[in-house]
Amino acid sequence: MTAVTQETVHQLAERQIAVGEVRGTPAADPVNLPMIRHWTTAMGDANPVYTDEEYARGSVHGEIVAPPAMAQVWTMPGRGRDEKGGTPVDDVLAALDGSGYTGVVATNCEQTYHRYLRLGERLEPATRMTGFTGPKQTALGEGYFVTWNVSWYSSGEPVAEMLFRVLKFRPRERKPQSGSSQPYPLRPAVNRDTEFFWEGVRKGELRIQRCADCGELRHPPGPLCPKCRSVARTHVVACGEGEVFSFIVHHNPPVPGLETPFVVAVVQLPEGVRIVGNVVNCLTEEVSIGMPVRVRFVQMDDELTLPMWAPGGS
Amino acid sequence: MIGSRAALVGIGATEFSKRSGRSELQLAAEAVFKALDDAGLAPSEVDGMVTYTQDTNQEISVARETGIGELSFFSRVHYGGGAACATVLQAAMAVATGAASTVVCYRAFNERSGRRFGQPDARLGGEPSSQGMEMSWHVPYGLMTPAAWVAMFARRYMHAYGARSEDFGRVAVAMRRHAATNPAAWFYERPITLAEHQASKWIVEPLHLLDCCQESDGAVALVVTSVERARDLRRVPVVVAAAAQGAGAEQMMMTSYYRDDMTGLPEMSVVGRKLWEQSGMSPADIQTAILYDHFTPFVLSQLEELGFCGRGEARDFVADGGIEIDGRLPVNPHGGQLGEAYIHGMNGIAEGVRQIRGTAVNQVPGTRNVLVTAGTGVPTSGLILTG
Ligand SMILES: [Zn+2]
Repeated sequence: MTAVTQETVHQLAERQIAVGEVRGTPAADPVNLPMIRHWTTAMGDANPVYTDEEYARGSVHGEIVAPPAMAQVWTMPGRGRDEKGGTPVDDVLAALDGSGYTGVVATNCEQTYHRYLRLGERLEPATRMTGFTGPKQTALGEGYFVTWNVSWYSSGEPVAEMLFRVLKFRPRERKPQSGSSQPYPLRPAVNRDTEFFWEGVRKGELRIQRCADCGELRHPPGPLCPKCRSVARTHVVACGEGEVFSFIVHHNPPVPGLETPFVVAVVQLPEGVRIVGNVVNCLTEEVSIGMPVRVRFVQMDDELTLPMWAPGGS
Repeated sequence: MIGSRAALVGIGATEFSKRSGRSELQLAAEAVFKALDDAGLAPSEVDGMVTYTQDTNQEISVARETGIGELSFFSRVHYGGGAACATVLQAAMAVATGAASTVVCYRAFNERSGRRFGQPDARLGGEPSSQGMEMSWHVPYGLMTPAAWVAMFARRYMHAYGARSEDFGRVAVAMRRHAATNPAAWFYERPITLAEHQASKWIVEPLHLLDCCQESDGAVALVVTSVERARDLRRVPVVVAAAAQGAGAEQMMMTSYYRDDMTGLPEMSVVGRKLWEQSGMSPADIQTAILYDHFTPFVLSQLEELGFCGRGEARDFVADGGIEIDGRLPVNPHGGQLGEAYIHGMNGIAEGVRQIRGTAVNQVPGTRNVLVTAGTGVPTSGLILTG
């Protein structure tokens, strides 16, 4: 990303912050019992004050109220529903998408409730953009933190607020400095004992050496089978799932070709072997031992592809 | 048996600094002269030399520089800091077999002002050697510094035994407390608190800066000869009661992550078993231990592997000043590599000698037997020294 483009995104963000609060589309439906029932059932919230009229009458509320955490639910645009006007954040997010910061991850969501909502109230949202910082080097890649606040009004009275922050990042696998074909500096040595592995990675296969005679699986691979001495080597393709067995977060010193902090894990495969690789597409603080991960093949340059690991199991 | 055939009769060292201002060969020569003077031996009486494969000074270069003449034995030990105690093993074997009569062991480097081991080197994974192939499973992911290699074990250890960063920190605090009263230490008069350890920046999580040893310029040399000859020399002989090397099954250079268990140091277990067997001693016979401390977590693992405490119990062992001078087992009274200097473990052997002689600055009263270990996470070695 050039300095000019960075400047433009910052300028756009500053303008949008200066715009202040922008009213959004009012809720399509008023606060209503069927939606409360759906929501509390899905959430497993059995509090009768939200659904049982008689019980609610005897409560401090004197009538049915909606769970405060539903605030956002009432004004969420449905799928395919055209939201005219939008929010001041939309243009900034779109500009970041257009500059290659296509990844998004929510980092903060803080809600404040001023009072309970009663059946029949119709909410109106209003959004103001409140923060824009970056570019920052994160474990996910270079990115910008975008913050906005939403207030919900009922007949002009503020009833709930939310601070929301996302990280819009440039996914690692889209190599930065598009167009340049800088070779990735950290290259493995490859020889006749290991070339099958790297060939597999280029084809999107995670290969584990298998002894053609006794069936023993082995990683890292070697020239022969330590169990039966056979040199008849073959391989199986791993299912691609694994579990973090141990991991580190590297901060210092800087490592050529990588942005710090980055995560490296020892991954236990269900096939019974372990393999080392980066954990990508999640925040460093979200990585933990036992976390299910799935392989993904990341092209580092024209010649080298590395198997890496992203959160997610079967 | 190798035990009690050879003795350490001289130790010598340069100052420990961050910028020696002279060549590694000069550092080696200076340390050798000091060790020979300490022993009261002339260079011409030396006929054997041992160092590490990583040392940039050839044995013949050091011999030339110091006036050591003919050599009938010269050898180098592989695997980084794991070689430290093995140089003495090699010397003791040479003396015991008659391959040489008097052997100098040395290690000299400008590890701070010259090549720094803690800096990433992209070439690590590129070599078509068996070690390069091993590194190739790790280096492309940026797993390429000693701190990172050790941190991977440390995280699993924490997970398995509930150890915390503070438990590692207690090792750092103890080492810096010892160094604070050792004028030769880089961290002389600079103790730290556990809070400072916790506040120090991340190097590689779960390791803070203060979990990592120093980077130092300097050299240490040792003189080994037969126990018989040692009796005629000026110093109280420090007998090599036991000396051993160890590599575990499925061993790698710092990255043995493919073994069933990742919480221990099986290579140190090999060393420990050999040392106890050769010396006829047990952990209860050791008054002071010099444990290789390039990174704090492996000090805990070593206490467990050597039998000073049970598996996962080292955090209790190091609590309440347990490894400080007045604790249940004083560890590294000189301040170790965290506090004194990082001379690849050789300064620890010199401290072991001083503790037996009774001449250490932080002398542990009543020390008769000292256990010394070498680099951890790699194939390693160890010694038991006795008076
Ligand atoms: Zn086989």
